[in-house]
Amino acid sequence: MIAIVDYGAGNLNSVKKAFDYLGAEVVVTTQPEIVTTADKIVLPGVGHFSALIGLDNAGLRDALLRGASAGKPFLGICLGMQWLFEGSDEAPQFAGAGIFAGRCRPFPSSVKSPHVGWNSLAVREGSRLLRNVAPDSFVYYTHSFQAPVVAATTAATEYGAQFSAAVEQENVFGVQFHPEKSWTVGLLILKNFCEVR
Amino acid sequence: MLTKRIIACLDVDDGRVVKGVQFVNLRDAGDPVKCAAAHARDGADEIVLLDITATSDKRQTMLDVVSRTARGLFIPFTVGGGIRELSDAEAVFEAGADKIAINSAAVKDPTLIGKIAARFGSQAVVVAIDARRVNGGFEVFVAGGRIPTGRDALLWAREAAACGAGEILLTSMDRDGTQSGFDCELVQTVADAVSIPVIASGGAGSARDFIDVFRSGRADAALAASIFHFGIENIAQLKRELHAANVPVRWPC
Repeated sequence: MIAIVDYGAGNLNSVKKAFDYLGAEVVVTTQPEIVTTADKIVLPGVGHFSALIGLDNAGLRDALLRGASAGKPFLGICLGMQWLFEGSDEAPQFAGAGIFAGRCRPFPSSVKSPHVGWNSLAVREGSRLLRNVAPDSFVYYTHSFQAPVVAATTAATEYGAQFSAAVEQENVFGVQFHPEKSWTVGLLILKNFCEVR
Repeated sequence: MLTKRIIACLDVDDGRVVKGVQFVNLRDAGDPVKCAAAHARDGADEIVLLDITATSDKRQTMLDVVSRTARGLFIPFTVGGGIRELSDAEAVFEAGADKIAINSAAVKDPTLIGKIAARFGSQAVVVAIDARRVNGGFEVFVAGGRIPTGRDALLWAREAAACGAGEILLTSMDRDGTQSGFDCELVQTVADAVSIPVIASGGAGSARDFIDVFRSGRADAALAASIFHFGIENIAQLKRELHAANVPVRWPC
């Protein structure tokens, strides 16, 4: 069973709907106990980095960190991926999980913000999450802050500068874009996550 | 590279897709669920569904249409029409929309933008502006284009962005349904004034019109309805032409 973590940051229907379409057994939950018993964890989220305070308030933070360190496949989407880094300039007082090095920052002033729409991926070889994703595939973004390109980056996207589109380290995966809204490319990525063992 | 979005719009009345010219003379164009799926397959980057009558007795019909349309759609899906308060927005999100579009209600009470954004995020709030050329300027109209507000479109777009809107859907009433080209001057005026994306609407008739609104209008996205429904321009063909003209689009997709 895949637990989709609900901590009050926006609408999770689309993420659930995409997993339902793929035939995966998913549950949307606010309960740390359910996260603890799940086989896989999905941390979605849109909006402001401070919304992640909802994880602390609900006692979910520990359950997520324990799940990730126990080797459960873990997928952070959008804000959920940003949480995997050390923090964000959007809410400097709030700490991320620190699984990936670096902080999230705003886009350079040379481009409009937010970054909204379909942009292409520069995919690096060897990613389990991006298996069979064509090198220049398009995915759908909507965000105002971006994570740096790091050693764990498996795909980068260009908007003003390069940022991390996808990161991966053993069982922990993150995508800045919205696979649930990225048509066949996005469904392939979610299917790959369902098949990770 | 960030691409220019092509958005297919379904104007829905009592569960059916319809399309008018300058907001009147409606023609039937089919089942919204089938239309949305067909446009997605053809390469539409997003679907917008507008409930153009939005009377309370038809509200449940609309939510049912939203729910059935959303079920098999894995591209961004915006729903507008008849959203007057936060609870209306909640019902539409619950039915499966990714974003909502608000128009008259936002003009009446701009704090509604912030209320919905606080709950669902700015990226989920599209402020739709219907504008018409009046005395050398662009005036905002509400209530499906029936009521002039005396407000300037550029100033209203700026205010909406400051209130927390994530995108502006800007319709030229003068061009709506005429297929005579987008109002590039209107689009550019607003696109240069706000940092959030501007979706141009009203007047799409050919690939040339899209090229013009992306280049001289500086639109981030362009929306069309009638040309796609009646098969005058297939989205796949349109994207091929834009790609050939070096406009960045999601193609092939």
